[in-house]
Amino acid sequence: MAEKQRILVCAGTGCASSGANKLISTLEAEIKLQGLEESVSIVGTGCQGFCEKGPTLVIEQHQVLYTSVTPDDIAEIVATDIIKGERVERLLFIDEVTKKPVSTLSEIRFFAKQHRIVLQNCGIIDPQKIEEYTARDGYSALQKSLKDMSPDEVVEEVKKSGLRGRGGAGFPTGLKWGFCRGAAGEKKYVICNADEGDPGAFMDRSVLEGDPHSVIEGMLIGAYAIGANEGYVYCRAEYPMAIKHLEIAIKQAEKAGYLGDNILDSGFNFKLNVFAGAGAFVCGEETALMASIEGKRGMPRVRPPFPAVSGLWGKPTNINNVETWSNIPHILRNGSEWYAQMGTEKSKGTKIFALTGKVNNTGLVEVPMGTTLREIIFDIGGGVQNGKTFKAVQIGGPSGGCMPEEMLDTPVDYDSLAQAGAMVGSGGLVIMDETTCMVDIARFFLSFTTKESCGKCTPCREGTKRMYEILDRITKGEGKIEDIDTLEYLALTIKETSLCGLGQTAPNPILATIKYFRHEFEAHILDHKCPAHACSALLSYSIDKEKCKGCGLCAKNCPTTCITGEKKKPYVIKEDDCIKCGTCVDKCKFDAVIRA
Amino acid sequence: MCTECEDLIDPKLITLDKVITQYQHHKGPLIPVLQQAQEVYGYLPTHVLQHISKGLRIPLARIYGVVTFYAQFRLVPSGRNVINVCLGTACHVRGGAKVLETIEKELKIKDGATTEDRRFTLEVVACIGACGLAPVISINNEVHGRLLPEQIAGILAEYE
Repeated sequence: MAEKQRILVCAGTGCASSGANKLISTLEAEIKLQGLEESVSIVGTGCQGFCEKGPTLVIEQHQVLYTSVTPDDIAEIVATDIIKGERVERLLFIDEVTKKPVSTLSEIRFFAKQHRIVLQNCGIIDPQKIEEYTARDGYSALQKSLKDMSPDEVVEEVKKSGLRGRGGAGFPTGLKWGFCRGAAGEKKYVICNADEGDPGAFMDRSVLEGDPHSVIEGMLIGAYAIGANEGYVYCRAEYPMAIKHLEIAIKQAEKAGYLGDNILDSGFNFKLNVFAGAGAFVCGEETALMASIEGKRGMPRVRPPFPAVSGLWGKPTNINNVETWSNIPHILRNGSEWYAQMGTEKSKGTKIFALTGKVNNTGLVEVPMGTTLREIIFDIGGGVQNGKTFKAVQIGGPSGGCMPEEMLDTPVDYDSLAQAGAMVGSGGLVIMDETTCMVDIARFFLSFTTKESCGKCTPCREGTKRMYEILDRITKGEGKIEDIDTLEYLALTIKETSLCGLGQTAPNPILATIKYFRHEFEAHILDHKCPAHACSALLSYSIDKEKCKGCGLCAKNCPTTCITGEKKKPYVIKEDDCIKCGTCVDKCKFDAVIRA
Repeated sequence: MCTECEDLIDPKLITLDKVITQYQHHKGPLIPVLQQAQEVYGYLPTHVLQHISKGLRIPLARIYGVVTFYAQFRLVPSGRNVINVCLGTACHVRGGAKVLETIEKELKIKDGATTEDRRFTLEVVACIGACGLAPVISINNEVHGRLLPEQIAGILAEYE
């Protein structure tokens, strides 16, 4: 019998939120109706990466991607594409430059420029079926490690690959493993840090949802190398689908003999547990994370002793993040030399970035280290939305920084970004345009870190609050020129005197913003103006009586009731009730609303 | 047991006891037990915390410390519908704050509060990971994306 044609429907959190599950059930019904059950199978996959155009589906046979698909489109897709073998043009992706529909995946710029290693199964396999993972060489790296290599050889291979931690700090993974392997003690643990708390980063979630076995295989290999027989995946409770897929994958791996006792007759035992976090950003810090597993408040502690010596319940512990673990099977399967060919001299391999904000193609992107920001944002991301002008890219979340246009040719690798005052961090890239106020963004990040500071170190607990208050004052037009110096002074003190990564990096977004966008701070302070028209306290809306035709469109769309008037007569905005959302400006067809 | 006695036993307490027994001999049982207790009760009332304290032999003060540390745990019951407004970076730059302000005005409550009629609880969250749909809110885990302030009233009207 001929192989079944597969229709891959993205069912990751992004597409599920825009209706993918309804799409799958409609598709199933239609395939049944047309009597195609024997020749067509429908696969609900993990994230295909192209969240902006979700829900997406791919006809695997000829690699066609359909975007923004609704249940109403299904009958046409089945009739035209599956039965007749022709394309449904109106659902194809439209190239931003040529404005023409593109029919195959490899021709879409968003995908063409990517290099998918960690994401190679995401969006292609059914993550809830182990046989789809093993059919694509899954667990072969584990077999190779257990049968042909000693634990020391595995550690050496990872060292040679040049892999560095993908959680943010970029510590060499092989070295970290070596420390834990060398630590004294019978009982050791490995932990997967899936407490992805950075706003705007969702690559770890997507890997767990779309390819959970790759993380399990990576952890198995790591545990074998280090000499651990138990592990934990610490996953945010906010990621229910990731937890579910992981639990299914663990059960299947246990049944298949990849987890449990005497794995593949090697004498190696490994038990894997899932721990759902309870919502605390600081638990992404490794000592806080371990405290949380132990059932305590998730507060970081002084290092040394490092977790490699004394970690979970006082035992030697090795913690890596999801993306790091997921790289491991590829390195062992293809060899460290293959891996080290990719990337730059000091940053090897690929990195996944979550491209969000005011960019045309929001989604998940995997590129070799060393790719420039410009390539990622403009070639892959398709540039800034709605024809606006690029202002900045925020990289590395609350620990990173904002970089302006002139820094766009910076290659993304650990060292170049650190030098520029940002960091790879988790890999969130948030694009900002001319309507984003940089002072407001600095304030936004501090409002986040003040809430998430655990309170242990005074500089972090109190210092971030003081910085927030200053920034809040500036956004209201009440700042003083010496505030900028005070901010810099506080920032450096907090960086130097905090115990963990949260406090040490919390001032980064502010320092980088002052460095590159000082003029915006000065405009708020000296001229009481927000150049981006974003800070509501510095804005006022009124209606030009001459231009207003009295159509009432503004009042109809106003989310509050601050616009009043009679038809065909000029309308009036009552300032007290106005929330300054700008809806009226967008809706008015006569340019009658004045924003000042 | 007579049927009258059965009526006196709180079925939620029986479920809680089962959870406690299941985790009693686990290492670090507290957080999973609290999570499941909250699932049963909808929040963590004092008597439940006292019961867990006895069952797991962990001092109540320590449990209280843990409960108040993590964002997930709540000591007061929530409204019938829980609105999570995402204010992650992507939602922020695409206008999430305006969405929040509109909801606050519409319901006349601030972040963390519940309306007097217990119809809605409003909570701000850092990122629900649906950045492609920014700005988003989720109501009872149902995601509404690509929002404009003027759509809010209509969406809220769908929830009783």
